[in-house]
Amino acid sequence: MSAAIAPERPHATAEERFEYTLRLADTSLVAGQRLAEWLGHGPALEEDLALGNIALDLIGQARLLLALAGRIEGRGRDEDALAFWRDAGQFRNVSLAEQPNGDFGQTIVRQCLLDAWQLETYASLAGSLEAELADIAKKAVKECRYHWRYSSGWLVRLGDGTEESHRRVGAAVQDLWRFTDELLTPDALDARMTECGIAPPAAAIRERWERRVAGVLAEAKLPQPARSHYPWHGKRGVHTEALGHLLATLQHLPRTYPGVSW
Amino acid sequence: MTEDWLLYEVFIRSRSGLEHKHVGSVHAADARMAIEHARDTYTRRLEGVSIWVVRSSEIVASDPEEAEALFEPARDKIYRHPTFYAIPEEVKNL
Repeated sequence: MSAAIAPERPHATAEERFEYTLRLADTSLVAGQRLAEWLGHGPALEEDLALGNIALDLIGQARLLLALAGRIEGRGRDEDALAFWRDAGQFRNVSLAEQPNGDFGQTIVRQCLLDAWQLETYASLAGSLEAELADIAKKAVKECRYHWRYSSGWLVRLGDGTEESHRRVGAAVQDLWRFTDELLTPDALDARMTECGIAPPAAAIRERWERRVAGVLAEAKLPQPARSHYPWHGKRGVHTEALGHLLATLQHLPRTYPGVSW
Repeated sequence: MTEDWLLYEVFIRSRSGLEHKHVGSVHAADARMAIEHARDTYTRRLEGVSIWVVRSSEIVASDPEEAEALFEPARDKIYRHPTFYAIPEEVKNL
């Protein structure tokens, strides 16, 4: 008897791997930039520090991922070139990440929905066949576990808090829910990456994300909105207008003074 | 917001085997938040492996007015210091 030969996995092209890596990198970069906007405006000195720490974790992830994307692309673009010299249409972050901070409750809801997705995604990516991506994921997942602890703790505190805090985070959940389907529904590139052993299976991520988020919404005494399909595809470069404003701030300095260092 | 929050004293253990040391205080609404604030405020540069927080109001402190009565009597009792023992060469790290 001859041993069964496992069917060989297809190999993703450099272009596909570049695009997929950008989705992860840009999501961390944009979310990190959003949280950095809280610096000096946090509801307490301690929250200022907490949000700043999380922003730095996310920007750290983005640096590693953008550097990796640049190496995969092989055209000499480093992390700075990719962060500062692409326009909104070339960014591949999920739309949820770019949504404005709003009040503290809105920020917490956005982070909670995103943290759950990043946590489950990086936990699975630790087993990716893209070895460098797996290494980054192993580091990132520890950070994301803390981010989730922070945001889910606050969501419960606010949801199960005063009448006003409950009303505000409840409205934010209703408002931001439409952006969650993009996290969980694979498009052709996501499916291809899963087939190639690079990305985790989307169905498994959806199941774990839904369980995690449903648990915390119940604890926060907030109703879970119905699944909604919203044709918004940040990961394909179709962004809400919020991203352009964010990038104007992020990119202003290096574009005004190219090559500047301090 | 913070006027409703409680003050917690923070104790950090820098390495396994060492004792927790008081490092400062944070404001927080509850114990879980106090641990998170302590982590974000006092362990950003790898200072710790364990955190204790305790409500500042739970700490019972000695009265400075009583300092004389409490501490002065120990001043002239040098025989309580273990400085009269010869330490053998072989004993390290005492």
